[in-house]
Amino acid sequence: MSILDSKIPEGPLADKWTKHKNTINLVNPANKRNIDIIVVGTGLAGGSAAATLAELGYNVKTFCYQDSPRRAHSIAAQGGINAAKNYQGDGDSNYRLFYDTVKGGDYRSREANVYRLAEVSANIIDQCVAQGVPFAREYGGLLDNRSFGGVLVSRTFYAKGQTGQQLLLGAYSAMNRQINRGKIQAFNRHEMLDLVKVDGKARGIIARDLVTGEIERHSAHAVVLATGGYGNVFFLSTNAMGSNVMAAWRAHRRGAFFANPCYTQIHPTCIPVSGEHQSKLTLMSESLRNDGRIWVPKRIEDAEAIRAGKLKPTQLSEEERDYYLERRYPAFGNLVPRDVASRAAKERCDAGFGVNKTGEAVYLDFAAAIQRYGKEKALTSGIHNPSKEQLLELGEKVIEDKYGNLFQMYEKIVDQNPYKTPMMIYPAVHYTMGGLWVDYNLQTTVPGCYAAGEANFSDHGANRLGASALMQGLADGYFVLPYTIGDYLSHDIRTGEIPIDTPEFDQAEKEVKERIEKLMSGGGEHSVDYYHKKLGKIMWNKCGMSRNAKELQEAIDEISALRADFWKNVKVPGAADSMNPELEKAGRVADFLELGELFAKDALDRNESCGGHFREESVEQDGEQKGEALRDDKNFKYVSAWEYKGEPKDAVLHKEDLVFENIELKTRSYK
Amino acid sequence: MNLTLKIWRQKDAKSQGKIIDYPISGVEGDMSFLEMLDVLNEELIIKGEEPVVFDHDCREGICGACSLQINGEPHGPDRLVTTCQLHMRKFNDGDTIFIEPFRAKAFPVVKDLMVDRSAFDRIQHAGGYISVNTSGNTIDANAIPVNKGDADDAFAAATCIGCGACVAACKNASAMLFTSAKVSQYALLPQGQVEATDRVLAMVNQMDEEGFGNCTNTGACEIECPKGISLENIARMNREYLKASVKG
Repeated sequence: MSILDSKIPEGPLADKWTKHKNTINLVNPANKRNIDIIVVGTGLAGGSAAATLAELGYNVKTFCYQDSPRRAHSIAAQGGINAAKNYQGDGDSNYRLFYDTVKGGDYRSREANVYRLAEVSANIIDQCVAQGVPFAREYGGLLDNRSFGGVLVSRTFYAKGQTGQQLLLGAYSAMNRQINRGKIQAFNRHEMLDLVKVDGKARGIIARDLVTGEIERHSAHAVVLATGGYGNVFFLSTNAMGSNVMAAWRAHRRGAFFANPCYTQIHPTCIPVSGEHQSKLTLMSESLRNDGRIWVPKRIEDAEAIRAGKLKPTQLSEEERDYYLERRYPAFGNLVPRDVASRAAKERCDAGFGVNKTGEAVYLDFAAAIQRYGKEKALTSGIHNPSKEQLLELGEKVIEDKYGNLFQMYEKIVDQNPYKTPMMIYPAVHYTMGGLWVDYNLQTTVPGCYAAGEANFSDHGANRLGASALMQGLADGYFVLPYTIGDYLSHDIRTGEIPIDTPEFDQAEKEVKERIEKLMSGGGEHSVDYYHKKLGKIMWNKCGMSRNAKELQEAIDEISALRADFWKNVKVPGAADSMNPELEKAGRVADFLELGELFAKDALDRNESCGGHFREESVEQDGEQKGEALRDDKNFKYVSAWEYKGEPKDAVLHKEDLVFENIELKTRSYK
Repeated sequence: MNLTLKIWRQKDAKSQGKIIDYPISGVEGDMSFLEMLDVLNEELIIKGEEPVVFDHDCREGICGACSLQINGEPHGPDRLVTTCQLHMRKFNDGDTIFIEPFRAKAFPVVKDLMVDRSAFDRIQHAGGYISVNTSGNTIDANAIPVNKGDADDAFAAATCIGCGACVAACKNASAMLFTSAKVSQYALLPQGQVEATDRVLAMVNQMDEEGFGNCTNTGACEIECPKGISLENIARMNREYLKASVKG
């Protein structure tokens, strides 16, 4: 038997969460005042957890590397948040949201966790509206919905293209209320550098004040890590510049198993890379696929002429265009899930049909939608026989109302007007489904150390559906953790404050300081970015949208060699005892250099194609699905949870078998 | 293109700062302003000098971290963009560019181009929230219809990213646009009515305590705001404040 205990409650799927809540231990309000909780990361998961835990009466300390919790990268999420409200009456239900999420994740997530997510989803919307989150509304004053990839209903709530911003500011406002009450102490511009364990339990962290460089000790009865994903292991991603894996990786080194590191979401609609100086990539919300049609030229000569600047996309007639998603997947068309859309774009570009200078871009075209909306608007505004120009103007206005900020962002970056010429897009690393292994209670394999939001692995399987990240972050923080952590803390009501002048804290602080010293004393040939970019290239080329055993093995060897060179030759200027952004980056890249290798090792182990993980050795050989990803349920229906044993190559694999009692495992077809 | 950068360097909050010249070559139009600074920093690191410190994170114009005063304007010459979205195609070969931190008494310099904007957080602590518990036990989201116009206006106010450009643009270093954006968001929604009086008084009081100046309606804040937050919000806050003061 595996040493992993997922602690899934007994009973029918739909009753598990209610029953669990009714039977776990509670902490009485007076005792909560004597219990401290550390929350690292203040995005949707961390911010909402901190606010709710403080509201319940616990003493909360929050940590974030940004200058304010409001800047956490959840803020950049654009499109929306799913909830099984069924306001549209289009047949949605908790079960359907659960089903779509498990199927979308290619049957690699845990049924009970996903069902709970669907179950609490509707409550999130109620909660956020009560907090004053200004969701988009219809003229009747009720909430509006839109549709996202991989589903057949409209269940996505949104606030233009800034849904993440509005939800994060909602969580931030809930935090502010508790800061004002003195229940949250916010440590901004602070970075967690290690997890401190006492008697096997998480009892605190070592953090660095990024302004003064001071190393600090903080103790608590439990530690929540809500530190986001590790997409920046690819250097170029849609993550913020500072997004990193350090907190999760430090916890991993202290005993928290790391699950499914190879599950990465490569988002199909991002602005293509423009040059070597590029520091990050910008996402164009998936919601654009509601109205945009994706295509490349049918003839390779036309693609070549476009690349050479001799032909414009608007000059190609309908017949000369290949709407390849509509062609390959008639049922879902442009709204296939992200992994499918990304691989299809790569396939066309690899075959020579790419449409920008580098040959790595496809078109996302709004011309048809502008026409359609123009006609509709003319009708509803009582304009008879509108002119062509009028139709365009009306249609563009509707598109602007829906996606204005995205179109503006595109125009600023690319210097082309997307109302007049199709957008160019290409897939980019966006989200990581893998993360710290957690049980049903969101507890990692270190007692007292919890992981929430993107930092854990539990809900999205091998591929996340659009508008589900915001849902999961807030579900974990507002509605799951506050219950489950109480069960654990009910055993700590007599513990009293955790002292920080103990050998465990001494030792952890010593190790942190030694590591900083080592980073500062590198031989000094290359900057941190030099190594980060090199790592990113290896990851993108060999662990990217399609993977094979030979290249994965090469990646493992190359990353290992790069890591050795990094520790010898990295150049970190300045001092450790004052503000030093290069030192911060160095620590983060050092951890990426370990994680990257484990990532490749995990991808090598998983010799099947599932979700975002595509192995060239595992494709359908014939039939309707020929050439599509081939999942192998017989051999790989498990969560891989890696135990730290020193070097990444020595990591030990533990398997959590996934049991599907409520869903029949099927080939995921979007045709 | 080749440029001359004149950059404010300041060791820490206590030290005195000064402008230092840095020539830079090979700048491309497709680079963002911050990517241009990345190139400069890479050169400085290789030379063994300390790179220029500046706040930045998402690099897509939404986190509000970046905060440079470029040729005297917050976020530079382009409109409706943050510094991270400003592209070098807005400049010409041979240009000299002044790069300074946002200047305000309430925004002390941390290092080089990085400033401390925690005063903004404290204004939000004072009242930038609706006091509902986050346990989820509330009414259905559609129980109270909200007029679409009001919802859209509330959203527009809520898109403030808290970067501080309004303060840096204002000759009085006033934080009225920032504060009024939050006051307006809640004033326009039914959910915000219950605490409207206390909220506006507490937030304005905190704003004054932080040392921000007063508003003299010059409108520079609205012009420099990367998110186009409207001056109407200030008018609305003034009305809310008056109402609250009479009631209070």
